[in-house]
Amino acid sequence: MAKIMKPDELIKSINYTPPAENWLDLPNDLSPGRWAYPAKKNKVEYLMNELPGIFANPRDWSPGDVDWKLPSDWKEIVVNGFRERLDKYRSLKVFMDVCVRCGACADKCHFFIGSGDPRNMPVLRAELMRSVYRGEFTLAGKILGKLTGARVLEEDVLKEWFLYFYQCTECRRCSLFCPYGIDTAEVTMMARELLHLVGVNINWILEPVSNCTRTGNHLGIQPHAFKDIVDFMLDDIETVTGKRVKCPLNEKGHEILFITPSGDVFADPGIYTFMGYLILFDAIGLDFTMSTYASEGGNFGLFTNADVMKALNGKMYAEANRLGCKWILGGECGHMWRVVNQYMDTMNGDLQGPQMKTPVSPITGTVFDNAKATKMVHIAEFTADLIKHGKLKLDKSRNADINATFHDSCNPARAMGLLDEPRYVLKNVVDNFHEMPDNTIREQTFCCAGGSGLNTDEIMEIRMRGGLPRGNALRYVQQKYGVNTMACVCAIDRATLVPLADYWAPGVKITGLHELVGNALILDGEGERTMNLRQEPLPGMEEE
Amino acid sequence: MKAIFSLLMVLALVVIATVGAGAAQMHTIFAYCIPRTAFIIFMVGFVCKIISWAKRPVPFRIPTTGGQQQSLPWIKQNKWDNPSTGPQTFIRMALEVLTFRSLFRNTKTVMRHDDGQNPVVGYVSAKWLWLFAIMFHYGFLTVVVRHMRLFLQPVPAPIEFLDWADGILQILAPTIYISDMLLIGGATLLLLRRLCAPKIRYISLVNDYFPLFLILGVACSGAYMRYVAKVDIMGIKEVVMGLITLHYAVPAGIDTSFYVHVFLVSCLLVYIPFSKLMHMGGVFLSPTRNMPNDTRINHYVNPWNNPAIKPHSYAAYEDEFREHMLEAGLPLEKTPEQKA
Repeated sequence: MAKIMKPDELIKSINYTPPAENWLDLPNDLSPGRWAYPAKKNKVEYLMNELPGIFANPRDWSPGDVDWKLPSDWKEIVVNGFRERLDKYRSLKVFMDVCVRCGACADKCHFFIGSGDPRNMPVLRAELMRSVYRGEFTLAGKILGKLTGARVLEEDVLKEWFLYFYQCTECRRCSLFCPYGIDTAEVTMMARELLHLVGVNINWILEPVSNCTRTGNHLGIQPHAFKDIVDFMLDDIETVTGKRVKCPLNEKGHEILFITPSGDVFADPGIYTFMGYLILFDAIGLDFTMSTYASEGGNFGLFTNADVMKALNGKMYAEANRLGCKWILGGECGHMWRVVNQYMDTMNGDLQGPQMKTPVSPITGTVFDNAKATKMVHIAEFTADLIKHGKLKLDKSRNADINATFHDSCNPARAMGLLDEPRYVLKNVVDNFHEMPDNTIREQTFCCAGGSGLNTDEIMEIRMRGGLPRGNALRYVQQKYGVNTMACVCAIDRATLVPLADYWAPGVKITGLHELVGNALILDGEGERTMNLRQEPLPGMEEE
Repeated sequence: MKAIFSLLMVLALVVIATVGAGAAQMHTIFAYCIPRTAFIIFMVGFVCKIISWAKRPVPFRIPTTGGQQQSLPWIKQNKWDNPSTGPQTFIRMALEVLTFRSLFRNTKTVMRHDDGQNPVVGYVSAKWLWLFAIMFHYGFLTVVVRHMRLFLQPVPAPIEFLDWADGILQILAPTIYISDMLLIGGATLLLLRRLCAPKIRYISLVNDYFPLFLILGVACSGAYMRYVAKVDIMGIKEVVMGLITLHYAVPAGIDTSFYVHVFLVSCLLVYIPFSKLMHMGGVFLSPTRNMPNDTRINHYVNPWNNPAIKPHSYAAYEDEFREHMLEAGLPLEKTPEQKA
């Protein structure tokens, strides 16, 4: 973790009173730590070849330099791109037109709460674009200029966009409170698309996009390495449970294709969640396969470009067809579920093969009518149904040392409404559960501050600032109820909440939901369990 | 500065009307030509704006979900905040438009430093904005509907009733309308909030102050006519009916305040289609509110679908990694021999 100030110093540095200068006159702070590293030249080149017309201007450059090496006609490109998107998207056009600046959103953004920077108020983040909209496209703006908050596109404006549209995690909390539902996520998506047109981008997004395209997952794990990692996890499961479970890869003829974010395969603590899935599938004898080709649930296109989102998402149906699967089971992931729930069928439904059917749980017979178009079920829905029907033998005492709370991930909460399913599962596998305060959970949940491609270490201070509201709510239940574990259903969360908790609520560990399921679940033919999936002694087994 | 500029602009409009209709006696222009032109601009502008929004397709259903989704039958769906059908979405929209439900959620973020040891970020209920907005909008709506008695002959019973109910407080003579108090009070409170709350003042533009001052100008000139100048209401109705029937004849003796009022209303009408006041139409067209959360349930056709955008194919993937996959024992579509 990069060196950043201590939590109490950070909190003292926050001032919610806006500065005296008009925000249009505020300078851009482009010092190191304020921006994520730009995309490597070869990644941009690869993507320009794979997905023409979306990316541009591959070069070595740094946002810290004065010269960003923009193409000479950059302004024309951005203004034309802006006009095209205004003409195409009702969301963008309405959101540019109707904001009344009532300020309801102003203090709803985690980045504003953690920084006090006025340009992190959602209203001003949108005004970054709206000001250019007025200045370039409306008569009043062209005549009256700054009085009406209008300005023309200049290089400093583009730099400001880069700074602040990469301080938005597209979490949609502002949209919930807006009387017109203005969704900054939509604005941020558009701004990032425009920035890509002139080669202003960040590596932590474009390298994953390129990896997802080529190797099937954002970490760039190649198929043979993927198999090795899975085998290691099967070994670990055997160590813990005494039973060798299966994880078919790329096999044809199975009923269900299981897709989860690759972070679950690769990174601690996601791997324990992955083991939890496999233990569950073994316990119910699920007929499934995974795929190395479609080994990424998370869709990095969502926060990059609409066409990239479509191209990456299309792998799911393509692979289900190739392997002959009837439906797709989706793992714990945030962005993946925004895409699956709000875009997938409309975007790629025509790719579904005739073998795909409305999902039916082979164990309980439950028909998932709420997924009849996409043919894709969330694993929390699937497991909740199993538990409700009494199909799982669960021993909660194995999680007796856990005092849990639940973090709603932005996308499943505000772009889907997956709220009670994971809670039902959680309450059936742990005894001690306490909610964080009402204004910080469910649809009002706070972001981990690392979503939408911001999970990178060089902007750690920005992330910790944005993590303040979540961290503070966590600290509150830690002190009040002794909460020591925060469960979540998102792979980005499992990566970002660990440093967040270390910083704001030290001592709280982060788990996926199915890690706790895997611990509590009793397998047929398993040995006596003495340790949990992290190979720490179970409660009561510490002596051995 | 922005507020003062806006106030001066509105005052300038008042002066124009006072001089034009009062001193210069341009009654026909101010009573007929300007309002009629303004109304036409308003209608055409409003309709064009709505059509321009509505013609852009919204294939993807992107509601901001505010509660539990439709899921397993035993999990209770929050149908009003996360609708999955048309009628449920209608209720969500009705609550949004009629009760300002999203604003009602509003909270205020406060930071408390307990001796610097345990800083707590809290979110306290903040319903003031909602209250001011409700006062203002319902006051305004009532006033507009009440004015319909000037445009209709005979006056329909519901409007007569509204007029009676609005004046039920019966204080002073002529009776003070509740709606006048709500409108002027609401607009004033919203203005004060804009001027006094530091964050709101920071984000405010001329585009925010000007319509508030303009609406206050409209309301105050109207109130002045009624409560101070006590204008001849029958004469005014004659003017208004003349506007509708295209029978232009201004009766003598109508107070200048009437022309000021009508001129400010005309300015407001012209301003609406080109300003944030279009939120009155936009609220119905916001894709994050007016769509059901049902993309997983129902198939929708995407008019933008570009079949050329395909995923990187499995064949290309296997071609690149075939040797490794074979070695790792992963199934292949084509063995290296077949490929060769």
